[in-house]
Amino acid sequence: GPLSERPLMEVRLGELHTWISTCNFSPQGLLGAVQKAWSSYCTKYIHVRRGGPAGISMLLAGYCLLSYGWNYQHLRQHRWRKYH
Amino acid sequence: LRALPPPVAVGVLHTTRPLHSTQQCLAPVPPLPEKGGEVRHGLIPEEFFQFLYPKTGVTGPYMLGTGLLLYLLSKELYVVNHETVAAACILTVIIYGIKKFGPDVAAFADKLNEEKMAAALAMKNEAMQTLQKAIEEEKKEQWRAEGRNYLFDAKRNNIAMLLEANYRERLLMVYNEVKKRLDYQVAMQTLKRQKEQDHMIQWVEKNVVQSITPQQQKESIAKCILDLKALSKSAHAAV
Repeated sequence: GPLSERPLMEVRLGELHTWISTCNFSPQGLLGAVQKAWSSYCTKYIHVRRGGPAGISMLLAGYCLLSYGWNYQHLRQHRWRKYH
Repeated sequence: LRALPPPVAVGVLHTTRPLHSTQQCLAPVPPLPEKGGEVRHGLIPEEFFQFLYPKTGVTGPYMLGTGLLLYLLSKELYVVNHETVAAACILTVIIYGIKKFGPDVAAFADKLNEEKMAAALAMKNEAMQTLQKAIEEEKKEQWRAEGRNYLFDAKRNNIAMLLEANYRERLLMVYNEVKKRLDYQVAMQTLKRQKEQDHMIQWVEKNVVQSITPQQQKESIAKCILDLKALSKSAHAAV
């Protein structure tokens, strides 16, 4: 299909630039993109008949990474060596 | 049902827009997929491995992971502190718990799901059966309504009989009334004739009694006595 309607997974690396340029970066557009991503994640991993630990574990792992990123400046002070 | 075109607003309903704005029909809802997306080691989706497979084969993502880990550790972008130890312990416990109790919990959840599905299915079947029975009843009623001609004939016969009975009753009443009047007239006539007869007899008797003079009376009494004597003589002779 046309470039702007394809989901991100089906966009090839070379076309990534043009794909981003067709994105809608207004608040409504961003909100819509977030909602679409969340709903596609839910339909793929959570709203299934026999799910496993994968659905929530990915969310928790993402949360761990995000919180590590948010606290990085504080954690940097507990390094073992000064120069790497 | 999805193949049907969307229905347009009917003239009876007061709608300003068509009732179904999309082609999609919301019922029946498609069933949930059986299994979710494939995830390896519980963390990384399978698509990532497939994405790297053509270029790096099977070990590519693992090499990438190892390289990333060593880079983070060596540059100390990931700092090893007490939280690392805590995370390691927690992860061990979690993985042990999942491996040990996972299947049991899954079976329990499946049982709950099965019960819900069975209840919903039972309701649906019951509703379908009720509707089927209603359809049969309706068809039976329609068949019964076809016999309405017999009903009307019977009713017509009833009414005709009622009318006939009423007519005959009135006829009888008329006959009785007329007979009563005629009897009255007849009784009047007989009474009159009787009265006339009686009166005439009385008058004749009175006149006859009046006409009997005393002379005639004596003569008749003497004659009677003579007759009696003669009779008594003949009676004595007979004995």
